[in-house]
Amino acid sequence: MIRLRDITYHYPRATTPALDKLSLEVPAGQLCAVIGANGSGKSTLCYALAGFVPHFYRGQLSGHIEVAGIDVAQSSLAEIAGTVGLVFSNPFNQITGARFTVHDEIAFGMENMGVPPDEMRARIDEVLRFAGLTDLADRSPFALSGGQQQRLAIVSVLVMRPKVIILDEPTSQLDPVGSKEVFAVLRDLAAAGESTIILAEHKLEWVAVFADRVLVLQDGRLVADGPPREILTGDNLHDWGLEPTRYTQVARSALNAGRRDNGEALPATLEAAVEYFR
Amino acid sequence: MTIAVEEVEFTYPGGANALRGVSLRIGSGEAVAIIGENGAGKTTLVKHLNGLLKPDKGAVVIGGNGNDAPWNTRDHSVAQLAARVGFVFQNPDDQILERTVRAEVAFGPRNLGMPEAEINAAVQSSLEQVGLTDAADNHPYDLLAPQRKLITLASVLAMRTPIVIFDEPTMGQDARSVARIGEIVKDLKSAGRTVLIITHDIDFCADHFERIVVMADGRVLADGAAEQVLTRTELLATTNVEPPQLVRLAQALGLPHAPLTIDGLVVTLLQ
Repeated sequence: MIRLRDITYHYPRATTPALDKLSLEVPAGQLCAVIGANGSGKSTLCYALAGFVPHFYRGQLSGHIEVAGIDVAQSSLAEIAGTVGLVFSNPFNQITGARFTVHDEIAFGMENMGVPPDEMRARIDEVLRFAGLTDLADRSPFALSGGQQQRLAIVSVLVMRPKVIILDEPTSQLDPVGSKEVFAVLRDLAAAGESTIILAEHKLEWVAVFADRVLVLQDGRLVADGPPREILTGDNLHDWGLEPTRYTQVARSALNAGRRDNGEALPATLEAAVEYFR
Repeated sequence: MTIAVEEVEFTYPGGANALRGVSLRIGSGEAVAIIGENGAGKTTLVKHLNGLLKPDKGAVVIGGNGNDAPWNTRDHSVAQLAARVGFVFQNPDDQILERTVRAEVAFGPRNLGMPEAEINAAVQSSLEQVGLTDAADNHPYDLLAPQRKLITLASVLAMRTPIVIFDEPTMGQDARSVARIGEIVKDLKSAGRTVLIITHDIDFCADHFERIVVMADGRVLADGAAEQVLTRTELLATTNVEPPQLVRLAQALGLPHAPLTIDGLVVTLLQ
């Protein structure tokens, strides 16, 4: 579904590349988390997959990006938008400003895609409920709290049912339960085969639970790629500027404090930690 | 410096009833974290502490316990209150104005009338604290959003106010920056400053804050020691919060207590 070949990208005037010889394939229906320190290239990768690099940010791109059969560098943002949805980390960058209510903001993308009105109404009601925004549907998007704006930004993309969904830290402003609900919905969409999902994320606890696969970026390079438990409990995590989940840290500390090592893999999730310590 | 919030009620123009009778007393040098679901009223509450919002009913008094005079926020301007309460907004782009990082960080202290030599020292040391010394001459918007948040943190540190308030300081930060922000909180505590944060990062709360205030629906739901509050799973769930990872693990394993530190949990596990 996604194929990157030898992608190198420089922002305008930048001397070091934001993405450095990146190659990657993601099959349909996978929920793939992208992790790494700030500045490692997570956001840039998101922008490249959605065509904002190079079409909006300009700069110099080499290599080949294909998403859902679209050659991203050769297609316009309008052509890409119907197939690839991007959720920005700051909802402010996402809200169009072209619509006066939450309801119309959600409808905006579908109008452009020509979704029939009945279907549109049904989809809007569904996502308003999920986002807890039903009672705020007539309010201006700019009169929402940060968390509400972020939920609006997420559902404005989900409502278009894009084949590929790219999310750059979509839950940074959401409360813990709200964040988890978003990750669960993404997992369900991927598991049902409806979407292929790329999720740039700092919350490793939820990456461990919900992702099918984890990619680690450092200085624009792909330095690790594998199943969540293997990546998140690996010894290299600190070198990449990341911190293991508390579950991994407790298990490691317990081993250092003399707990018998039965050779079991370290846990990264609550469920695995319970199993590990039982 | 102390903070007293007495029976504060506040409704936004347009109808949202954001605070429905909040009372809170914070002692000099205390470190308090406010947690709770989106829309609970956390940001609205702290905007009352530096006078950005004034209560419809009730009162907010800054200081008044010791050498400093009590200031009712109703009687003092935001500019006056800025000398006592440093405030880091959730979104850094709401407060960055200058063309270099250094100028941005110097803006607050200069506004407070700090002597020039002292400003330079304050700017230098607060940039060191947030790890942006090398970026001092850059344009703030040439930095990434998480770094811009660190600039606003440095700006507030440089003002050396007796009270500092951070709204979501760890949002979007990577592990190293979160650790750095933890160190800053520690330094502020040991310098006897009053520290208040709003956060969804419950593990960060457990690591650095002894007192936790839980908000829901414009009210204070719970207020107490971290060990007590952060283990009340059912209460936290009513405001969309889960206990820290360590507490959830201890509870899932049915351990007799739920320590808030890794070492504490390891000791309990190995017993």
